[in-house]
Amino acid sequence: MDTFVLSRIQFAANISFHILFPTITIALGWVLLFFKLRFNATRDPAWMAAYMFWVKVFALSFALGVVSGITMSFQFGTNWPGFMEKVGNVAGPLLAYEVLTAFFLEAAFLGIMLFGASRVAPWVHTSATFLVALGTTMSAFWIIVLNSWMHTPAGYELRDGVVHATDWWAIVFNPSMPYRLIHMLLASGLTVAFLIAGISALRHLWGDRSEEMRKSLRFGVTLGALLIPLQIFAGDMHGLNTLEHQPQKVAAMEANWETGPRVPLILFALPDEAARENRFEIGIPAMASVILKHDPDGVVPGLNDFVAADGTVMHPPVAPVFWSFRVMVGAGFAMLALSWAGVALMRKRGVDGLPRLYLGALAGASFIGWIATLAGWYTTEIGRQPWLVQGVLTTREAVAAVPSGMVLSTLIGYLAIYGALILAYMVTITTLAGKAAKGQPLPAHRPQLVPAE
Amino acid sequence: MIYDNLPLIFAALMGLSILIYVVLDGFDLGVGLLFPFASAEQRDQMVASIGPFWDANETWLVLAVGILLVAFPAAHGAILTALYLPVFLMLVGLILRGVAFEFRTKAPKVQKPMWDAAFFAGSLLASAAQGFMLGIYILGLNFTLWHIGFALLIGALLTIAYSFIGAVWLIGKSEGALLARAITWAQGGIWGAVLGLGAVSVATPFVSARIAEKWLAWPQAAYLAPLPIASAALMGVIYLCLRRLRAAPDAHRQWTPFFATSALFALGFGGMAYSFYPYIVPEKLTIDQAASAPESLIIILWGVAIVLPIIIAYSALSYVIFRGKSRGLRYD
Repeated sequence: MDTFVLSRIQFAANISFHILFPTITIALGWVLLFFKLRFNATRDPAWMAAYMFWVKVFALSFALGVVSGITMSFQFGTNWPGFMEKVGNVAGPLLAYEVLTAFFLEAAFLGIMLFGASRVAPWVHTSATFLVALGTTMSAFWIIVLNSWMHTPAGYELRDGVVHATDWWAIVFNPSMPYRLIHMLLASGLTVAFLIAGISALRHLWGDRSEEMRKSLRFGVTLGALLIPLQIFAGDMHGLNTLEHQPQKVAAMEANWETGPRVPLILFALPDEAARENRFEIGIPAMASVILKHDPDGVVPGLNDFVAADGTVMHPPVAPVFWSFRVMVGAGFAMLALSWAGVALMRKRGVDGLPRLYLGALAGASFIGWIATLAGWYTTEIGRQPWLVQGVLTTREAVAAVPSGMVLSTLIGYLAIYGALILAYMVTITTLAGKAAKGQPLPAHRPQLVPAE
Repeated sequence: MIYDNLPLIFAALMGLSILIYVVLDGFDLGVGLLFPFASAEQRDQMVASIGPFWDANETWLVLAVGILLVAFPAAHGAILTALYLPVFLMLVGLILRGVAFEFRTKAPKVQKPMWDAAFFAGSLLASAAQGFMLGIYILGLNFTLWHIGFALLIGALLTIAYSFIGAVWLIGKSEGALLARAITWAQGGIWGAVLGLGAVSVATPFVSARIAEKWLAWPQAAYLAPLPIASAALMGVIYLCLRRLRAAPDAHRQWTPFFATSALFALGFGGMAYSFYPYIVPEKLTIDQAASAPESLIIILWGVAIVLPIIIAYSALSYVIFRGKSRGLRYD
């Protein structure tokens, strides 16, 4: 494989690993603030116990997010120098503002949030929790601004082949930014909702009947049930926005080759790019036109419009976009079914009366948010190809001329480490759940000079 | 006026970030490097002394690379593609030690020795890789056998220097048996810091005739003279201070060695900055040639001017809250 393909795989591996952890910390920060405020208001120790359990998961996720984020900050230079050389005047300030307004905020106050409870006044500790949550969200804001600008660039001009900023307002509030930001924040909320519900269900199955477990399980399921309809709506809006600005991506998501009216919604197909057609296609007639244009006769763009006269393909690879989109939507509907069934069951039987089968399904779906988030990002990012910045810079133009053997060896290194760390992460969360289920006392009065568990 | 000097201002900001990073992450990497010499109980105390700080310490590296990336994109690409493998090794090191921090206490108990080993190995890998990159960088990013040999030497010496600043940090933060150990470690490691500074100083004039003239020709040599003199004085202070601490660990000023070492790092760094100015890639690319468009730099500068003082203020707040001898790290 050549340097270009390997560099893309390496970047995909790094950013896929990285996004798992911010996806958890962005929303979990606010959830922790909620637990803390509930405790402040009710003095119910179950809320504090929930805070104490999930703050450990937060600390662990945060550490993994930080170290994989440092890797990301170097990847631009080591593998994609063309990116900053061409669009650095826009990307640079956005990244700088992320570091300045978010990274330091969260890193500095994390120490106080984790270890400062006995050293500062309670309101300072609550404020630190708030500032950490704010920091993670600001970080998401800036990085989504930059990512959205790469999909729908605005507010710039080209001078001597280099992008120069002309209107910062237009750059920050570029056409796809609000949709992408809301979609991502909701994705984070759902990931955390199902993680909390799933891990609490696991504790339930292991015999934990603490008030903390009940509150957490109820909280997770309810949050999921509230957010998933919002997410389906936001996702639909985001899709319509993409149709307007990146029609070739939507064409790949729908595996639609020819522009025309009454385009079917394809449920299953094997897109064949060599033959430029679908094999084994099963679809609902005119349904894609209805979804995308809200009219069965609506004209939906097809992939064949994005082939240049000389045969150069200017649309993304079809099968990966088509399939990741379906995985994301499938995971979304699974979340809808699970959370709404949970709300109905809890109304009838309470948390203690939840059937084991349902608890098992919930526990199995602990990380379903990760699957949906990754599939969603693959849809949008692979869907932008062959562009790195839509209409401005192709991915191939930005790659570094590093020997392919070097990229391959470091890629193998990263993959081995990331695989091991994801495994260790899941094992550790399960271990924490097991300890909590056995009713091992949460840190109260332990001998001094023991690091936080 | 500001407009014309933007590249210089950003070069200064980047230099400041790197220096703060080297001192702050230097001591917490150093604490990891001393892990094999400590007992299990002492290791917990050592981690407790850096727990609330390490995250923010590493953020200075992100800021430094970020400034390099956004203010000097051409230099960023040239330096990081040349240092591809050492950057990878440093990142692996930082990943290992960052996660080991959390895993060593949260993963199943049987895994603790493994995560302790990962904490040490990660600290070692990150320190050695940073030293190696420093060595390659000051010799102009060339990869002949002798350049690599020199860079390996700097890698070893920077590792010892980090373990030294880690030890003097622990002197301020610990009590009892660990304090005694930390004094011993510091006395054993000071030579690494001295030799490291010496090796870089001896090698730098050989990089180019331009730098040699700055160092050795009159009257430029006079401008540089305060640096070696002040460095030698600081080394003397640290040496005497450690000897007196050895005799009476609790009676003496326990933070003096740490602050004196930080000052020593700053002097060494200042000497390098003086030598290489105005180049950002030694003898190849100047800061003016590598800088981004001024309208983008000015918008970052506004952010920096407003936010950096706030960052420094709340970072300081964190050090104040967790001041004094380290107690156990507890979430409640």
